[in-house]
Amino acid sequence: MEHAPATGHVAIEETTTGLSHRKLLIWAFLASECMFFGSLIATLLVYHGKSLSGPGPKEILDIPVTSVSTFVLLLSSLMMVMAYSAITRGRVKAFRIWIMCTAILGATFLGFQAFEFRHFALEGLTPRTNLFGSTFFTLTGFHGAHVTVGVIWLLSLFGYSFRGDLTRESGLSVDLAALYWHFVDIVWIVIFTVVYLIGVAL
Amino acid sequence: MNLHQSDETALRPAWRSRVSPSKDPMSHQNGRRYLSLLLFLFPLLALLLACTPSHPQSTFDALGDVAQKQLLLFRVIFWAAVFVFVVVEAILLYSVIRFRRRPNQAHPVPIHGNSRLEWAWTLAPAIVLAVIAVPTVRYVFETGNVPENEALRIKVIGHQWWWEFRYPQEYGNVVTANELRIPVGQVVVLTLESKDVIHSFWIPKLAGKVDLIPNRTNIMWIRAESEGEFYGQCAEFCGIAHAKMRFRVKAEASESFEAWVKAMKAPPPPPGSDAEAEGARLFTQKGCIACHKIEGTAAVGILGPNLTLFASRSTVGAGILDNTEYNVARWLRDPDEVKRGNLMAALAPFYRDPTMRLKEGEIEALVAYLHSLQ
Amino acid sequence: MAALTVPGVLRRPASYTGLWSWVTTVDHKRIGVLYGVTAFIYLLLGGTEAFLMRLQLARPDQSLVSPEAFNQLFTMHGTTMVFLVVMPLGAAFFNFMIPLMIGARDVAFPRLNAFSYWCFLGGSLLLNSSWFLGGAPNAGWFSYANLTSKAFNPGHGIDFWILGLMVLGVASMAAAFNFIVTIVNMRAPGMTLMRMPVFVWMTLVTSFLMILAFPVITVALIELMFDRMFGTNFFNPAAGGQPILWQHLFWLFGHPEVYILILPAMGIVSEILPTFSGKPLFGYPVVVFSGIAIGFLGWAVWSHHMFTVGLGPVANSVFALTTMTIAVPTGVKIFNWIGTLWGGSVRLTTPMLFAIGFIAMFIIGGLSGVMHAAAPSDAQQQDTYFVVAHIHYVLFGGAIFALFGGIYYWFPKVTGHLLGEGLGKLNFWLMIIGMNTAFFPMHFLGLDGMPRRIYTYSGEMGWGLWNFVSTVGVGIVILGVLVFLWNFFSSLRRGRPSGGDPWDGRTLEWSMPSPPPLYNFAAIPRVNSRDAYWEQKRGEVGDPPTNSPRSNSHNEHSSNGPIGRRPQGSYSDVAEAARLSIHLPGLSYFPILVAIGLTLAGFGLIYNLGLLFAGAALAVLSIYGWALEPVSDPAGHPLGH
Repeated sequence: MEHAPATGHVAIEETTTGLSHRKLLIWAFLASECMFFGSLIATLLVYHGKSLSGPGPKEILDIPVTSVSTFVLLLSSLMMVMAYSAITRGRVKAFRIWIMCTAILGATFLGFQAFEFRHFALEGLTPRTNLFGSTFFTLTGFHGAHVTVGVIWLLSLFGYSFRGDLTRESGLSVDLAALYWHFVDIVWIVIFTVVYLIGVAL
Repeated sequence: MNLHQSDETALRPAWRSRVSPSKDPMSHQNGRRYLSLLLFLFPLLALLLACTPSHPQSTFDALGDVAQKQLLLFRVIFWAAVFVFVVVEAILLYSVIRFRRRPNQAHPVPIHGNSRLEWAWTLAPAIVLAVIAVPTVRYVFETGNVPENEALRIKVIGHQWWWEFRYPQEYGNVVTANELRIPVGQVVVLTLESKDVIHSFWIPKLAGKVDLIPNRTNIMWIRAESEGEFYGQCAEFCGIAHAKMRFRVKAEASESFEAWVKAMKAPPPPPGSDAEAEGARLFTQKGCIACHKIEGTAAVGILGPNLTLFASRSTVGAGILDNTEYNVARWLRDPDEVKRGNLMAALAPFYRDPTMRLKEGEIEALVAYLHSLQ
Repeated sequence: MAALTVPGVLRRPASYTGLWSWVTTVDHKRIGVLYGVTAFIYLLLGGTEAFLMRLQLARPDQSLVSPEAFNQLFTMHGTTMVFLVVMPLGAAFFNFMIPLMIGARDVAFPRLNAFSYWCFLGGSLLLNSSWFLGGAPNAGWFSYANLTSKAFNPGHGIDFWILGLMVLGVASMAAAFNFIVTIVNMRAPGMTLMRMPVFVWMTLVTSFLMILAFPVITVALIELMFDRMFGTNFFNPAAGGQPILWQHLFWLFGHPEVYILILPAMGIVSEILPTFSGKPLFGYPVVVFSGIAIGFLGWAVWSHHMFTVGLGPVANSVFALTTMTIAVPTGVKIFNWIGTLWGGSVRLTTPMLFAIGFIAMFIIGGLSGVMHAAAPSDAQQQDTYFVVAHIHYVLFGGAIFALFGGIYYWFPKVTGHLLGEGLGKLNFWLMIIGMNTAFFPMHFLGLDGMPRRIYTYSGEMGWGLWNFVSTVGVGIVILGVLVFLWNFFSSLRRGRPSGGDPWDGRTLEWSMPSPPPLYNFAAIPRVNSRDAYWEQKRGEVGDPPTNSPRSNSHNEHSSNGPIGRRPQGSYSDVAEAARLSIHLPGLSYFPILVAIGLTLAGFGLIYNLGLLFAGAALAVLSIYGWALEPVSDPAGHPLGH
């Protein structure tokens, strides 16, 4: 996280492509993350239906509940768009509200996940139970860790906004967080589709 | 950018320091040509010296169908590779020697490329590879698919660090270890499994390797075209005694193979001497029977190698020592000294506890007993 | 501002000399030097490990090295050479040379760059500390499951391997992100993609391979770590886990990794050959595109490492064919290099000898690679010394030769002194004779049925002769390395002053003094063609890129005296930068603090939860400090404005 201060020379930096360094960095980072989640999802798919003992996805996944948490996360992406839009128009107060909403919705999603994990553990599915448990908890756990990092990032931006560092010119800092947040959101849509919807159907 | 014209006089560039008038450039060049030639010939010379099919695991002495196909393919690609090697290295050396800088030479013409030439040398390797690809794919299928006329299907189970061979019901469910007996001239299908970690089953003179993987069954086939004893070895790193996880394959005429199967089912002969009787008693009393099986006796263990007809095997310790009285005694005295890490030394109470060590007399008796099993 | 953001914790470092200036440096040149020196020390360590193994194998039935130690030696030899030698030596050149070659003052993220190095150092120390903490990892550099499970490998060696590689992976990825952004975004005006030096191109391709391949092994490592530490079932056959999954993940990373090792080497050779042939690189676009093609195809061949696991004839055929396809762009490169020599005026300097040696040896390694591609005959070669021969022709005759060539080529740029040519040539001939003596016989051993990774063999196998020859060969290689060290230390102080452009170079780095000033370019040059500097020197182009006339005086200064007179990053450079109003990235403590935090967390995962949290907390706090610290700090900088 290279944070550019409003007074730094970043504003005048000239780049070959015209894009800022940090923007390129985050895109490259997200490409890398695709491989990370891709490998985790591939592991889960390879082991689909290979568990020697239960419970499996059919027995334990609760699609209605997770649909709600998925909706919460999707909604947070909308809030993120509003936050970015506010900062680029220089409306710092509106930005604070929207970014806080985003963070709260993210945290709500994490709450759902904590509830889900606990519930599964009580039902007898832990990472040690079977292959489904190992792959499910690892994949969704790492996604949850990404959401957690995102929430901390969003809260940090919220905090910065009180120091006067965040202005219309530094919308880039928000843009980067937004890109990350949307990416994490999209990954969840893939996970929800593959692990939950397809996992239960197949 | 700056030109550094002032440097030209003040500093002679490094590469020019080599061109000194007192040296005769020709002799220098000859010396290098000689060296280059030597460098070039060395691999070929060494190759001639290295043709040693007499070695027990040489892949050049293919005596089974699969190994022969693999060797044939290797030869095709090898000579193609030698051709490419000679041509390309020769052009490389030629251009280095031919185009060495001459004194007072002007800057060479700055050629940036030649698309016709570049197309040519893109296509040339592509064509060579296409030619190689045809037999490759053909032999992938020929060596990978089991022939129709399968006669015998043996299960091979890899253990850290020995081999178990289980024959099918038609052969009386015979189980043996570290020495695979097969009838000569027949297709033998091997189903490969592992009890612990990944191993790889390899008899260089009969067939290339196939891995034994936990939770997976692999298949390979072999056919020995002549009688004899073939060396094999685990080829996938499998832990501390990987180097000592060897085995033998004995290909024999079908009559003697059938006779061996029959003998494997028969109870062992009664003790021929006091020592043998004492050995049989110790084999039970010391707890050897907990891990080893000897057909027709109280020994029914399955953790270790099956020792039925032990005396008829060529080796002891999974293909690592000749099966002599001296070597069996050496193994019994201290298995860890022979094969570091083996489970017998780790599990048997008389090796774990120094006060319970086998006495020399006991070892002699056990050797006598084991060598009576034939 | 730093004081405002991190009140009372850390004052921003400001000294450009002394030990602390190296710890807090963000200068890409210094980081390059750190990478190079560290990697070279690991080269000596990895070489020692190799020599011990060769001594053990020199004769049949020897017991100089115990089987336990032997397994640790070959595991650490492979891991060290791949992750701690070839990759970071490549990174040393990326760091030092890429900004100079593209006309930039530093990399895009100078502190991230420092972090990469410290993280590399931390990960490598974590990995190697296992020698003293109960035994090094012992399951091979590929560490196939399920031999790595707690049941079959109860010690901590594998844990050190997992965590060491994770920290090293973070280092590699951070560096790769940095170089992608730097190359894409910081090129001098006029330096279009197709005017970039081939080394820059290969660095770009390598960086993309790194950011895409390392996540895959990270996932594999995470799964293995969870299996070992938390009892998950990824590679546990008893719960239905497939050990094969590890192989797929490992080689999906591992084969691109091979190109991560060799593409920078190809880039270096593509710089050296034109310079010493006096001709532009033959078929530049083709060389570039074949490098990109190799980068793409490298993703479609991983299962050729798995021809014997029983994937079936269809899969084996497909992977045999894709693997053979890779030989086409590789062959094209070799022909283009020879085309570069053809019709040139070839100067057989030491760097040139190494570059030619690279081609000669790489041809052998490439041809034996094609032999492996043929799945049926590979069934006889897989996991034998034939493969050991192959990888050493590619990675020693290939990568290491090119890296040595790079050292001889760029040493004068780094230090202002030339390495001795006489010793250099002795070094080259010892190494090429030694490596052929060491590795060529391994082909015979493999075909004679000698498996890899065996700590001993019996005399009846007939492998004694070639094993002995091979050991002698390694001895000769070691002599070569000793000659190099002698050359290095004697030239560092007393080597002939090189001036800015000792080789009549083509690329931008030769247009500046040696060593380059802290700020690299007084004025950013404008680039009009691929070999702009040559064309300018030969008067072929009317509108030359210009640098500040000031740098000429630097040049004379450095060429007349020993390096000590004008140390890199000296106070005068800082003053000069201020005079030219160049923003220098500020020194920073945070990169090394984050790296220390991650390394401690690694130890903590093995030994102690408290240490884990302490390390993680240090890392997180330092990331915050980093984020709040401006890139260049006018307030903390005595001469900033």
